[in-house]
Amino acid sequence: MLFLLILILSFICSYFLPWWAAAAIAFLAALFVGKTSGKSFWSGFGAIFVLWIVLALVKSIPNDDILASRVIQLFPLPHQWVLLLLTTALIGGLVGGMAALSGILTKKAFKK
Amino acid sequence: MKLIKALFSIALTLVLIWALQTKFGDIPPIGEFLNSVSGFWQNAESKNFQPDENLHLEGLQGKVTVRFDEHRIPHIFAENDHDLYYVQGYLTARDRLWQMDIQTRSAAGRLSEIVGPKALEVDRYHRRMGMTYGAENTLKGIMKDPTMKMVIEAYTEGVNSYIHHLSKRDYPIEFKLLGYAPEEWKPINCAYLLKLMSETLAGGSDQFAMTNDLKRFGAKDVNDLFPDYPFHEDPIIPVGTKWNFKPLPIPKPSKDFIALMTDTIRPRERVPGIGSNNWAVAGSKSASGYPILANDPHLNLTFPSIWYQLQMSSPTVNVYGVSLPGAPCIVIGYNQKISWGVTNVDADVLDWYQVKFKDNRKNEYWYNNKWNKTTKRVEVINVLGRKPVYDTVIYTHHGPVVYDNISQKPKEGHENIPVGDALRWIAHDESDEFMTFYLLNRGKNYDDYRKALTYYTAPAQNFIFASNDKDIAITPNGKIPLKFKDQGKFIMDGSDPANDWQGWIPYDQNPTVKNPPRGFVSSANQSSTDQTYPYYINWRFELYDRGKRINDKLKVMQNATIDSMRLMQMDNYSMRAQDVLPSMLRYVDTSKLNPDQLKVFQIVKKWDKHFAANSVGASIFNAWWLKFYDMVWDEFKDDKVLLNVPSFDRAEKLLLTEPNSKWFDLKGTPAKETCNDIVLQAFVTAADELLKSMGQPGKKWEWGNVKDTHINHLANLPGFGTGQFYAGGTGAVINALRGGNGPSWRMVVQMGPQVKGYGVFPGGESGNPGSYYYEDMFTTWRDGKLNELLFLQSPDEKSNRIKSTLTLSSK
Repeated sequence: MLFLLILILSFICSYFLPWWAAAAIAFLAALFVGKTSGKSFWSGFGAIFVLWIVLALVKSIPNDDILASRVIQLFPLPHQWVLLLLTTALIGGLVGGMAALSGILTKKAFKK
Repeated sequence: MKLIKALFSIALTLVLIWALQTKFGDIPPIGEFLNSVSGFWQNAESKNFQPDENLHLEGLQGKVTVRFDEHRIPHIFAENDHDLYYVQGYLTARDRLWQMDIQTRSAAGRLSEIVGPKALEVDRYHRRMGMTYGAENTLKGIMKDPTMKMVIEAYTEGVNSYIHHLSKRDYPIEFKLLGYAPEEWKPINCAYLLKLMSETLAGGSDQFAMTNDLKRFGAKDVNDLFPDYPFHEDPIIPVGTKWNFKPLPIPKPSKDFIALMTDTIRPRERVPGIGSNNWAVAGSKSASGYPILANDPHLNLTFPSIWYQLQMSSPTVNVYGVSLPGAPCIVIGYNQKISWGVTNVDADVLDWYQVKFKDNRKNEYWYNNKWNKTTKRVEVINVLGRKPVYDTVIYTHHGPVVYDNISQKPKEGHENIPVGDALRWIAHDESDEFMTFYLLNRGKNYDDYRKALTYYTAPAQNFIFASNDKDIAITPNGKIPLKFKDQGKFIMDGSDPANDWQGWIPYDQNPTVKNPPRGFVSSANQSSTDQTYPYYINWRFELYDRGKRINDKLKVMQNATIDSMRLMQMDNYSMRAQDVLPSMLRYVDTSKLNPDQLKVFQIVKKWDKHFAANSVGASIFNAWWLKFYDMVWDEFKDDKVLLNVPSFDRAEKLLLTEPNSKWFDLKGTPAKETCNDIVLQAFVTAADELLKSMGQPGKKWEWGNVKDTHINHLANLPGFGTGQFYAGGTGAVINALRGGNGPSWRMVVQMGPQVKGYGVFPGGESGNPGSYYYEDMFTTWRDGKLNELLFLQSPDEKSNRIKSTLTLSSK
């Protein structure tokens, strides 16, 4: 539920808001519908992780991954562009997860 | 407790987001760059062609149709000139925005703003050389002329129209990587591009080194080793061409110059091999009966390419060719009536003057027997993450004193800039070069060509021309100072007015030739004229090798076609090898070689003198010659004092005509070496080094593997260039491809009722590394082929090469 909510809202917002808006969405979503800290974190993490993989692939597949294959060479990583995709998704996931966790913890702090 | 936990978690999240948005040293803001919403993934372009598009842009006056061919080269059809240059700016920005930004930023000395203190010295150098001062003056010149004012303003409007509706996700990838945003384009940026060209092609100097030579070796040796006319030469204007004008009086040499030359007193390095080729054959030599023109300017090869290809059409013009991203008009190209191209002249338009200041405040300097006021210009350099740097530059009437004391000069680089000397440089003068291109784009005949050239200041170029009237011509052209012979060969005394530039060579007296009897014109940066030309342009030019080879080939050519010109552009034959190799081989006593060395010797002996990619002989000859050259001029090796080393040409003369010269003797040995010893020793050393580094002669020894040929991204980003590739060519052959420098645009144009152009540059139209059009022309170029250029006669002309259409109109 929380996972889907964050995923859908972040997806819609990605067209007109900056990337870190995903954090605000995850925070608010967890604040309102979050249940436990663990579930909230992983919902936020998973939603942004998946969303960013999808958004990246939507661009990269019609491009035959030529850009990703160039950009990976800027990083001290093996020259496999998939690693770039994972790094991207991990960063997004971490931000989403942390934001959702903050949301649920805030909710708990104010609930007697 | 719960509250603390919540606050802690929120704080951690915010810190994480902040860290991902922030640039640490050279590491880009990682979240900003990687995120899939607006980061680099958004720069990946689909391999499918964009469909037809309609855009409404503010400021357009009519309707503009742009057709894109299979290389996504735009063919612009506008209803008026304003819209034409507007759309040129708009489309160039769409494909090359970051390149436009970084090149003008670099010229303007504003790199520190985006990369921080590490660019400070580069910025200071550009400021202190007067690049900004020069660009401001040039802009004044452009704005005085209503036509060019309209052109520059329309172009600027077009660039800005693109920038204005650019969202963050659409920023070129380099902006995301460096973490900055595109800024408003200004008319002065177009002028900065001209300054950049002047810096590349007419911004080097060896006067400091020459002056040091003079101090060390004296006038007699220096005059002998650095002659004013080379040993081997085949000048641009054919020998014997008559000068049908009455020259202006030549200025008298100054007193100190005479003293310098008679030994009574003793008082940026120039990059060799910068050059280009162009030639045009008359109808009498072509298969079609109409002239053919060819041009390949040699510049640093980069991605994105230095050139942007396009066709531009309005009721006043229909022209095809290449432009400089950031500047209006076509620089090299053709229309229905004429074609033209350029190579560098290498006129001496940059001089240094010793300045005597009254005191340490440097408010006054000695000139014309009295104290004169200096002016001071404060350059403000903004530095990322630091306070701005205020740098005061002192100007005399000559120009800026680039480094007025040794502490201002950076420890590394710019060794060729003398301290305490003022710079007189043509790039500081008011000018209006774009007018030349504006007029050439619209030119119909020889007279239009000649008129266009009178607007051109710098960097001086050999303008080649061919027309449908079956005229061919070439003119080394620019605003060239009127000088006494050798004025500016050495640093001059800045207090004597006799050392100032005394005026200009009149444009109609710049060297020129039209329809010479030999049936062709050509240039490859060699001497502009023979020694009968009344004016002094420079004491040294590029080596004659490429020019001579071009002339030899064209002399015997009959029924020339596009293809014969194309093959010539790829010609790898070494004139130097032809001139010196037989003598070098003769000097080697083979009984003194060991079996391995002998094997190497046999290969170079049988070599066909072509610097082909698969040639082993080329690698051997190259190593041998360089070793010989270094050993001959061992007297000029000095770690402390910058010395100018005599040219390859002078070494050739020594080898061929002065075998007992004192210069063959090695300084470090007790024996007295002669030419014989040096040639042999050079061979043995070169052969041993090759054997040691590459084993027995084989694949590794092939010139294409030995020579490091590559094209890098403008910011040297790994993965964004080609990496090393296998290719022939070298500096002194027609196919002057070496390292990361070479033919940046190859063009061949067949004149005639149906003019036909062919051309290619290494790279692609798009500056986006995530585009299919980033390097789609590279392999065609590497393999020595040319693309047929699509020259549409109307926006509705049918062609199966047109892949999409963009229609633009006002809002």
